[in-house]
Amino acid sequence: MSSASVPEPEIQIRGVTKSFGTNGSDIVALDGIDFDVGRGELVCLLGPSGCGKSTLLNAVAGFSLPTAGEIVAAGRVVTEPGPDRGMVFQEYALFPWMTVRSNVAFGLEMRREPKQRIEETVGALLHKLHLTEFADRFPKDLSGGMRQRVAIARVLALDSPILLMDEPFGALDALTRRNLQDELLRIWTDLKKTILFVTHGIEESIYLADRIVVMTYRPGRVKTIVPVPLDRPRDVSAPQFNDLKRNLSRMVMEEQDRREQDETRLN
Amino acid sequence: MPPRARALIRSVVVPAVIVLAWEGMSRAGVINPMILPAPSRVLLRWIDYLESGELPRDAASSLYRVTMGFLIGTTLALLLGLAMGASNKAYAYLNPVLQLLRPIPPIAYVPLAILWFGLGNPPAFFLISLGAFFPVLMNTISGVRSVDAIYIRAARNLGASRSALFFRVMVPAAMPHIMTGIRVGFGVAFIVVIVAEMIAVNSGLGYRILEAREYFWSDKIIAGMITIGLLGLGIDAALARLSKYLLRWHRGLELAR
Repeated sequence: MSSASVPEPEIQIRGVTKSFGTNGSDIVALDGIDFDVGRGELVCLLGPSGCGKSTLLNAVAGFSLPTAGEIVAAGRVVTEPGPDRGMVFQEYALFPWMTVRSNVAFGLEMRREPKQRIEETVGALLHKLHLTEFADRFPKDLSGGMRQRVAIARVLALDSPILLMDEPFGALDALTRRNLQDELLRIWTDLKKTILFVTHGIEESIYLADRIVVMTYRPGRVKTIVPVPLDRPRDVSAPQFNDLKRNLSRMVMEEQDRREQDETRLN
Repeated sequence: MPPRARALIRSVVVPAVIVLAWEGMSRAGVINPMILPAPSRVLLRWIDYLESGELPRDAASSLYRVTMGFLIGTTLALLLGLAMGASNKAYAYLNPVLQLLRPIPPIAYVPLAILWFGLGNPPAFFLISLGAFFPVLMNTISGVRSVDAIYIRAARNLGASRSALFFRVMVPAAMPHIMTGIRVGFGVAFIVVIVAEMIAVNSGLGYRILEAREYFWSDKIIAGMITIGLLGLGIDAALARLSKYLLRWHRGLELAR
């Protein structure tokens, strides 16, 4: 369980606004987002599609910068993508022309680490994620769950303080997903990473997060921030778990309804 | 019957029928052997052509020319294609000129090629490289331009420099397209080498066919044509294997077969 005292912030999101389009009909994807993620904290961004949660994550990653406001991550203002904020993507963004081993080594090679160091680090990571026997396979020969393990190993190789995860387990079946969630929690506890995790899965967010940031549908704003005061490993059938789930479902459904109304109006 | 045997039988039935009918008609005197000699005569002539050492020499000179021309054309096309695929500016400057030149068949350059390079191998190299150039170029450009943005994002997130982004991400990601271009380009180069040999040189398979025509050796013409066909098939099979190896990571391997 996270301590009650607020830890030193590792990610600070300050008045972040993002609009798309150039003429009058701008879409405001994010509107004045303001919150911190403490060092070593696991925060989930929750909301229906179109609420801007991925947009926010991409802004933290530095892929698309905010129209207004500022993001400070690992002590620096975000202006471009960088290996201090490792990202695990929704799609399998592994390089298909590289073996598992080369994929994991890529970030270290970019940093021009000595060859032997790379080999050792990659070997240890493959072992940690139970990938050793697949080291020389290509991604096309792996299952979805395996691929996301490789994607996680690839960003862990960077040893970045921050992990950004964009619905990384969304495409997996329920059992594989639970498995990887546990794996992620294990890694998080071991390595004390700060994690910002985007999901539309209510149960997933309660299972993983210290705090859940619920977002509103267009413009994307912070609707509320819900702490999850449950001990880990969390029991998904516990009454407190279900209370939270009911509560969060209601809030997410409100936004989902707004989304549907919006889409009906557009049609 | 095992399916492989059945497939084999199916694949040889039509050629066998054609050859037998052809032989029969020639023997019956239906066709003038000067116009179309019997396959048996073509075969004998082909063996003769092979044993005299003329065929290996001709094949070697044709292969030499096609290889040189292909390498020149492909190298230039790769360099230009990678630049045009990666840089919008390079594309904007160069694309109009290339689009204008692209529909001109290499054959149309024959007079100029002779004027510029004289006779012998140089005009042949020029024409062949021109033939290989455009297929490789167009495919390389589209390959680089269609690299999935997710790979670029992932690489930048992992700290890739501009050059690493280019050589370790964009080039390999474009490889399936590039290999397609290379195979098509080789096919065109092989057509052009035969044409070039009919014009500017006095060796090679293309030259030999034209020479045989002078003497009405239609059996030798056909023997030469068959050699061209076998050589082309062999090289394409080799390129297919190369691309299968290079693209062993790729899902759509069927494309490379």
